[in-house]
Amino acid sequence: MAVTLDKPTRVHRRLPRSVGFDRLLLLLAMLFLWQVLTWIAGPEVITSPPATARKLAAIINAPDFLGHAYETGRAFAAALIISLLGGLVVGLALGSRRLAGEVAEPLLVALYSIPKITLYPVILLLFGLGVSAKIAFGAIHGIIPVALFAMNAVRNIRSVHLRAARAMRLTPLQIAIHVLVPATLPEIVAGFRLGFALTLLGTLIGEMFASQRGIGYMLVQAMETNDTGTIMALALLLVTIATAASWVLLRLDRGLHGNEQH
Amino acid sequence: MSRAGFIRLLIVAVAIVGLEVACHAGLIDPITIIPPSAMAAGAWKLLISGRYTEDILLTLGSVALAAALAVAGGFGLGYGLFRLPRLRRALDPLLASYYAVPTFIFYPLFIVLFGLNRLPLVAIGFVFAVVAMAINTLTGFERVPPVLRRTARALRLSEPAALVQITMPACAPYLFTGVKLVIAYSFIGVIAGEFVLSGSGIGHEIAFAYNNFDNPTMYGLMLLLIGFVSGLNMLLFAWERRFYRRRGLT
Amino acid sequence: MSVAAKGPHASLRGVTRVYPAVEDHPPVHALGPVDLDLRPGEFFSVVGPSGCGKSTLLDVLAGLAPVSAGSVAFEGRAVAGEVPEGIGVVFQEDASFPWLTVWDNAAFALRRAAVSESVVSERVDHALSFMGLAGFASAYPAQLSGGMRQRLCIARTLVTRPRLLLLDEPFGALDQQTRLLMGDELLRIWRETGATVLLITHALDEAAMLSDRVGVMSARPGLLIEIVETRWPRDRDSTIVSRPEFGEVTGRLWARLRGESLKALELTGVGRGGMEIVR
Repeated sequence: MAVTLDKPTRVHRRLPRSVGFDRLLLLLAMLFLWQVLTWIAGPEVITSPPATARKLAAIINAPDFLGHAYETGRAFAAALIISLLGGLVVGLALGSRRLAGEVAEPLLVALYSIPKITLYPVILLLFGLGVSAKIAFGAIHGIIPVALFAMNAVRNIRSVHLRAARAMRLTPLQIAIHVLVPATLPEIVAGFRLGFALTLLGTLIGEMFASQRGIGYMLVQAMETNDTGTIMALALLLVTIATAASWVLLRLDRGLHGNEQH
Repeated sequence: MSRAGFIRLLIVAVAIVGLEVACHAGLIDPITIIPPSAMAAGAWKLLISGRYTEDILLTLGSVALAAALAVAGGFGLGYGLFRLPRLRRALDPLLASYYAVPTFIFYPLFIVLFGLNRLPLVAIGFVFAVVAMAINTLTGFERVPPVLRRTARALRLSEPAALVQITMPACAPYLFTGVKLVIAYSFIGVIAGEFVLSGSGIGHEIAFAYNNFDNPTMYGLMLLLIGFVSGLNMLLFAWERRFYRRRGLT
Repeated sequence: MSVAAKGPHASLRGVTRVYPAVEDHPPVHALGPVDLDLRPGEFFSVVGPSGCGKSTLLDVLAGLAPVSAGSVAFEGRAVAGEVPEGIGVVFQEDASFPWLTVWDNAAFALRRAAVSESVVSERVDHALSFMGLAGFASAYPAQLSGGMRQRLCIARTLVTRPRLLLLDEPFGALDQQTRLLMGDELLRIWRETGATVLLITHALDEAAMLSDRVGVMSARPGLLIEIVETRWPRDRDSTIVSRPEFGEVTGRLWARLRGESLKALELTGVGRGGMEIVR
């Protein structure tokens, strides 16, 4: 009869329930702070929360909004595919060969450290004004972080897992599907989360500089006419979208990390 | 030089030479991109002409101020979040989405608040950089091994003494990472602001040259800017790596 | 299930392993030449100082690493390039897959070999309860302690019904008492499966207590300098430590090993000066 030697350690797989309540509390506190700032600075400088919400509703219901949103959306989608897939392919390729990864990492980090805004004029010159410039903006923001994360994911595969797989007589294809993919997935998803946010940022910035349509364009217009209400309404929209997307990806990330040993 | 370093140098050299050749061979439209040698010549001319010295100093000054404020503010915010874990957990998703919004859209807001001077640019740089510092400060404090805190108590150190003599040195690598990011982000914030709606500074001059099809000036300024910022970032990154390696951290 | 009187279960002949030069490092002569015959159904341990090539010996025997010279045979057939069917390996580090449950971990090898689900189910259930993990089937490795994770790795290997079981310092990360109990577990597995067991360990008492024979390896390059027969009865357990023969065996092992361990320390840079006190 086998002896039970020890009990499993506790792992907190769920956050304590009060976090949701805390978040609500925080949200209310921030809204209140916002209102106070409005009172201090005046409604022409900062529009109040209810006024901003009304403005946002008005913007969304305006007939041209759908056109702008679609414009931003399709550029973002294209840029996202390029940065996620491109970054993934580059990262996986570089991570799987030791010398390639060693050569490439400082180069990638150096490229990443170049403030991308300084490249904007070059992008505009290369792609002209229009959709391709926007997609380019978005892609250059997201592709390098995704590649770096993917590269690290491959490099961090524990060699004992590969040896165990060989000891269990798996074919190379089986090793790829049943060991490499699950082992690298959490880190790749973390890279995707970051890539998502940065590609969105890049696409918006591209619209601000290179387009006559899209949400970024609406922002630039509002900035030039000093239309604070629109600026804040659109910022609210972006924050909501980004937070929602980030939350979804975070859940996915946690779902994968929750089973990991750290 | 290691084999990897040599290959890297080779790649960069080939890229630059390739671009140079392509430009001279007429494969690339000079309205779009000028040869690297012309960029370098333009940059040199700009430096010695002294015409842009004031702009350069303005930009650097704003960046420095924004960075200093962001380091201080970010440190305070990070430490505050460390001591208030409930607040920290509640704030998590917001922190994650912070960098999805181009914060320089609030530039007009800052102009109204601070006036038509350099302060709105400093504010943008600050807002962009402060969260990165806060996150890294938080991580640093969290990663202090509990055994060090117990050591402080075993040595009967007072709370402030423990903070200064044990906790801070333990966090130092992460704080350094925070400072590195602050510098990078302050540059991005200030220059982005200058691009969009400013009358002074390097960003403005680059945008001005772009609008006037003055490629040599534009590329010259860009080369100066990219060279300076990238050089600074890479230097900081190399120090950072040495820092972490000496501590046995990855 | 022993292979009766048909010759050695596995054998090494003149096996040498030299790791080729990498960048600025010279080639490393890690192992050999080694001659070894494993008798069917025996429990054989290998002890030696760190860095002597014990793990390399196991890798070569399993087919996980190539030989630079010599030959390896398992059940009469040459071992080269791939791991032969019938060999199971338990590694030093925890090799459990963190993304699978305990049950799925144990089932992994069989499923990849396209064994039918009903057979998989039966064998996994048996192996998990055999190793005392039945209650944790739907837990993830992260929720288990180190000792339990190693038991999972052993269960995962047992499921494939190996005839030769290779273990590379499987209990290295565990505390002494857990190790002793795990040693009893291993003996139970050995008896009930009838497999031949090769155990690599740095713990002399473990080797002395568990094995029929103990091979002592020299400092690098690893050579088998002595094989000690213990002549224990087959139904032994950890209480054997109270017998005087246990002290004798352990003493013999250490007498051979002490000098080699000092040599190994010097190889890794600890100077002679510091060791004067010890001598």
